[in-house]
Amino acid sequence: MKSKSAASRAFDVFNITLMILLSAMFLYPLCYIIALSLSDATAIIEGRVVLFPVKFTTDAYAMLFRDSSIIHSLWFTVKLTVSGVACSLLITAVAAYPLSRQHLKGSGILMRLIVFTMYFSGGIIPTYMVVRGIGLFDSMWALILPNMVDTFLLIIMINYFRGLPQELEEAAKVDGCSNFKTFRKVFLPLAKPSLATLTVFYAVAYWNTFFNALLYIQDQKRLTLQVKLYQVLNMFSDSLDPAGGISATVIPENVKGTTVVVAVLPIICVYPFMQRYFVKGVTVGAVKG
Amino acid sequence: MKARGKRNSCNTGVRSFWTYFKGNYDMYLMLLLPIAFYFTFKYVPIYGLVLAFKNYNFAEGIMGSEWVGWKVFEKLFRDRTFWLAMRNTLLLNLMSLLIGFPIPIIFALLLNEIRQVKFKKIVQSISYLPHFVSWVIFYGIIVAVTSKNTGIVNILLGSLGLEQQNFLTEKGWWLFIYVVSGIWKETGWQAILYLSALSGVDQQLYEAAAIDGAGRFKRLWHITLPGIRSTIVVILILEIGKIMTIGFEKPFLLGNSMVSDVSTVLSTYIYTMGITRAQYEITTAAGLFQSVINFALVMGADRIAKLMGEPGLFESKIGKRKR
Repeated sequence: MKSKSAASRAFDVFNITLMILLSAMFLYPLCYIIALSLSDATAIIEGRVVLFPVKFTTDAYAMLFRDSSIIHSLWFTVKLTVSGVACSLLITAVAAYPLSRQHLKGSGILMRLIVFTMYFSGGIIPTYMVVRGIGLFDSMWALILPNMVDTFLLIIMINYFRGLPQELEEAAKVDGCSNFKTFRKVFLPLAKPSLATLTVFYAVAYWNTFFNALLYIQDQKRLTLQVKLYQVLNMFSDSLDPAGGISATVIPENVKGTTVVVAVLPIICVYPFMQRYFVKGVTVGAVKG
Repeated sequence: MKARGKRNSCNTGVRSFWTYFKGNYDMYLMLLLPIAFYFTFKYVPIYGLVLAFKNYNFAEGIMGSEWVGWKVFEKLFRDRTFWLAMRNTLLLNLMSLLIGFPIPIIFALLLNEIRQVKFKKIVQSISYLPHFVSWVIFYGIIVAVTSKNTGIVNILLGSLGLEQQNFLTEKGWWLFIYVVSGIWKETGWQAILYLSALSGVDQQLYEAAAIDGAGRFKRLWHITLPGIRSTIVVILILEIGKIMTIGFEKPFLLGNSMVSDVSTVLSTYIYTMGITRAQYEITTAAGLFQSVINFALVMGADRIAKLMGEPGLFESKIGKRKR
């Protein structure tokens, strides 16, 4: 396509500029909040922070981490994410393999029962009563078990298993493997890319746990980072009166910014490495035209 | 071969049942925990919906509590906050859908026109980063950006000589923030589906059209758009089916007493009434009401999609592999 018209070229220039602007818009709020967290209080009050930190200082971080409850939440959230992902991966994989074998009797009806739960649910209160009823209240398990399997991700996994060559199963059986052994030794190792996708999605979901923590956790030692962040954000109202414990160089805006950065940083750090799995995750097994 | 023989003989009597069972029992063992999960956390709560027809008695539990027929619903329907929550759920979803639906499509179409592959990839990666940022963090960012004296938006307004605004405490602005933040967060994510549909459009069509002298915009109109039409239709139908569903976190976090007239939605209503005030029956009824309407909408959407020749919701999800 050498013969590009002027209009076409003008459009290209416009389009690329627009995309750069849009990317800047997607990133700007995050940059701004990082700048706030690293700026001196006076610069913030004078409204001089726009994109970069003004009068660079890490006072707000020092103050935040002096508060041991943040460390507690951080540690608890890490624990929650690691155990949650392990449980979710295990159960999802173990469910997906049998359900992907169409010759297995009952797999069809089970699948329908599972998909049904995507479109009809008991809702907040009945689920809350079940969790409370089986004594999970105020335990980390209340944040893992009720949402352990994400049906959408389960379907991704099932479709992945279905996409692998079926001869593998027969070959393994000829070699005398049981179904379980076929799954563990043949199919599971082949499913690594799909498992990576699932890991990313589950990890983000556990790291961002907020609503369930609000419902099921009262113990201050078991607050997820998101709930802690919510508390910090609400601790200072939207005014400039320095609340108790705030020194001259640190104002609520710093602390809020700092807490936001701490909560979002892990996601931003792993994002470049993980992002190729996101796309795969949505498109495989999603609505297909 | 052995496995295939086994499979073919499974419908002849008790003996073949045993051979089948012996060959496959471990599959059912694998399904045990998943079934336990779905049973406990999905189906038991569905059973728990009977609470909407009972007078809950803590000592007796759900099963032992007395039946009261439609009394709970009568009480619910007399509650004005419930109707307010219903209206706002519809209002917020409709506004988000009307304004937010075309944007990912336009974004995907524009991005698709970019031929610098690397640049395209980077823009796309950046665009869906916000999807993974939680609403709490988002709320923090919105508060920081719009804060009265120190937020960048108000600083800009001030330097332009305009009046500073309380974005989160004035209804009009609040709705604006609600819709815009949703677009900001989900545009890139929703565009993924369109982009993958776009990459599936037959390249030969473009070449043929180019030979026939079709310009760039003609090709966009006559090839690209029809190529992703079915994806657009399916997603639109799905979105309409979800019009009564609303997440909890966004309206809960952004909402405050100043804007509760527009920020009270079903999920937050159920949370404050049910969890903080322990009104279990009435909130279960509200949830059931919502679930039933939802389900009807989704089924209706599914029917419409099928009538239009698109794969239904169930078919499009299971069993069909990527082309």
